[in-house]
Amino acid sequence: MSDKGFPLRLSFGTIPLWRDVRVLRALTQLVSAVLVVGLVLFIVTQVVAAANERGFSLGFDFLREEAGFPIAESVIEYEESDTFLYALGVGILNTLKVAILGVILATILGTFLGICGVSTNWLVSRIAVVYVEIFRNVPLLVQLFFWYFGVFQLLPQVAESIRWPGPFILNNRGIYMVWGSPTDAFVPWLVAVLIAVAVAVVGAVVLSRVESRVGRSTYPLSVAVAIVVVIPALAWIFMPDSPLVRDAPELGRFNYEGGLRLTPEFASLLIGLVIYTAAFIAEIVRGGINSVRRGQTEASRALGLTALQTLRFVILPQALRVIIPPLISQYLNLTKNSSLAIAIGYPDLFSVGRIMVNQAGRAVPIFLLLMVSYLAMSLTYALIGNIYNRRVRFEER
Amino acid sequence: MSTATAVLGPPRTSVGVLGWVRGNLLSTWYNVLFTVLALVVMLVLVWVSVPWLFVDADWTVITENLKLFFVGQYPPEQVWRVSLGVVWLAFLFGVTWGTGASGVMSIFARVIAIGFGLAALVPLPLDVVSITARIWLLAVPMAVVVGFFLFQDESIWSELRDFSRPVAVVARFSLFRGRSPQIRWLVVAWVLSFFAILVLLRGFEGLSWLPLVGTNAWGGLLLTFLLAVLGIVASFPLGVLLALGRRSNLPVVSVLCTMFIEGVRGVPLVTLLFMTQVILPLFLPENLPIDRITRAFLAITLFSAAYMAENVRAGLQSVPTGQIEAAKALGMSGFGTMLFIVLPQALRAVIPAIVGQFIGLFKDTSLVVIVGLLDIVGIGRAVVQANPEWIDAQREVYVFLGVVFWVFTYAMSYASRRLETTLGVGVR
Repeated sequence: MSDKGFPLRLSFGTIPLWRDVRVLRALTQLVSAVLVVGLVLFIVTQVVAAANERGFSLGFDFLREEAGFPIAESVIEYEESDTFLYALGVGILNTLKVAILGVILATILGTFLGICGVSTNWLVSRIAVVYVEIFRNVPLLVQLFFWYFGVFQLLPQVAESIRWPGPFILNNRGIYMVWGSPTDAFVPWLVAVLIAVAVAVVGAVVLSRVESRVGRSTYPLSVAVAIVVVIPALAWIFMPDSPLVRDAPELGRFNYEGGLRLTPEFASLLIGLVIYTAAFIAEIVRGGINSVRRGQTEASRALGLTALQTLRFVILPQALRVIIPPLISQYLNLTKNSSLAIAIGYPDLFSVGRIMVNQAGRAVPIFLLLMVSYLAMSLTYALIGNIYNRRVRFEER
Repeated sequence: MSTATAVLGPPRTSVGVLGWVRGNLLSTWYNVLFTVLALVVMLVLVWVSVPWLFVDADWTVITENLKLFFVGQYPPEQVWRVSLGVVWLAFLFGVTWGTGASGVMSIFARVIAIGFGLAALVPLPLDVVSITARIWLLAVPMAVVVGFFLFQDESIWSELRDFSRPVAVVARFSLFRGRSPQIRWLVVAWVLSFFAILVLLRGFEGLSWLPLVGTNAWGGLLLTFLLAVLGIVASFPLGVLLALGRRSNLPVVSVLCTMFIEGVRGVPLVTLLFMTQVILPLFLPENLPIDRITRAFLAITLFSAAYMAENVRAGLQSVPTGQIEAAKALGMSGFGTMLFIVLPQALRAVIPAIVGQFIGLFKDTSLVVIVGLLDIVGIGRAVVQANPEWIDAQREVYVFLGVVFWVFTYAMSYASRRLETTLGVGVR
């Protein structure tokens, strides 16, 4: 047999190089990697060159220097002689303060409005729809300006403060309300509360395990609530002195003193963020509830579950699956939107960073710090979201 | 009531107005309670807002600065260019309406015609809305009507048809594939007008009848629109590319795109604006001057593209694998599969999310105030800060700004709902 007749050459040898998928794949990746790395290198060299030329520094050593600028309000004690790093921390805490409070209040208001939106009462559902359409469609910045310059700044002077029962006092320096001021007994009481919460959580978990084993209700939620209420209440009664004493704002020489004071900046930012985000949350909640098919409700009622049980065991578990992921992204939006604080002078992370740029002249390192801080917050939300998604994922057979 | 022979109709309390009220407002005792509470809330709101809106509020801060609010520092003797641009757009709306190509556009055309017509006749003194301004305003409804009738005649379109071949090739890539040549022409007209109006607004250096108006003079609603439209136009393709990159099975491309998307989505827009305003000039070569508006546009586009990418990705995931396999079985190339099979279905599925994103972008343009640009919100701030006489009229300014934004965002969300119905999302 002649060796000419049998094609020994393998067929892919005939594919030209520029049509070979493997080559193309490798080439595309190489080109994109080179482009991106090149861009990054270009930026870095430009920044370094500019830094040398114009004499600004790129190091982070300034963080240990004295900040030397005032911050209007802070969660922790702050003085101008503190370091830049500490000032940045103050900014982060201020952002967290408004973000956490905002998330809680926006969830409450948004859920309430979302439920109103699915109400069979025509008037109630209309009001919810109008609320959503108004506040969702106006930029947050305009709303913040409205609350700050259009409402809080126009409140009367201290002498003519608006007094509501409580006392709850409004003037152009802020909002004042009654607050509890902690005594020496506060810390032990707080420990008692924490113990109660721990006991309640463990109890609820154990009881719900029992519930699913014996198939009879063991009221885990009610028991947990009872524990959380009863133990702190008993502790409060039997402690030698009360852990909190009533602290009401009183008119001092220049301003009201005592009680809880919310600055106009903080109050405007909080109200603006809550009202704006609640509109989005209301839509999410409404969509979530509507996503549960009617048949589910009808079937559970036909099985003899009460309206409350239907809500608790049939509608909510299904609706929450739809609601939670976009809800978490709204929480993230709220946190990021709190950076608009700079427009009305609340010293959040971004405004403190902006002042630091003016004060220390290190735009690049401060900018990097800001990015990293915000990214860390975003990643935290993403982590929570992922954990939730993994827990509620459908168990597919 | 007591006629024994008559067939009894439904009780009066279950039909008509009374029945509706009973069914929707007073069906149970707690519904009665809710209705009463809702009425109280509404009454309080009306009680507080109506006297302020019509009696206490001093709207002169708006009427005296109308020009600033709409075009900012644009030279007064050159404002005719902006007006001409608006009239040209109105004409295009009219033509689009005339072809009946899009229900949404037809509605917008009518709304624009009526809105501008009413604005021309607004009962305000002539020194607030001048005769010239009124003529321009009246030109808008006229342009809509002229556009509507001009291209009603089918023969004009068949004249144009011969030239639409190259256009058809381009139009195949869009959602308009398979539509009539009229629509292809409309798409081309809109796209070309966009650039033409930009040139008209900017003008040329040394040209006496169309002198250069630098972008630093563009402001007010004009700037808001400009940033929004440019941002939408630029961020959409970028977002689609990023989404495709993230879904790519090439690890390097996918990781790079994911890093970009998540990095940008993780930080607030103001930090990006800050980056392009403060950091970018540091490392750009000195011979490459980029004005502040372009830098703001850059930040807005990057930010919006990252969000757009996530929306498009959701759409891509919704396309069943069978579609891709079928396209492959038919011998389509990977590129063709993506362009003609996957993307049209993916984009159609996420229209609401995309329009929502555009609405967000439109609202986000207001953030350029923070880096000192004078868009309509910036003008509002500047007016009250610069003039002590209007320091007490801040509430009026922000209510006005809110209404202006609301009108446009609401129009966009309305268009989105119409578009969904037209394209039959979720209906087969």
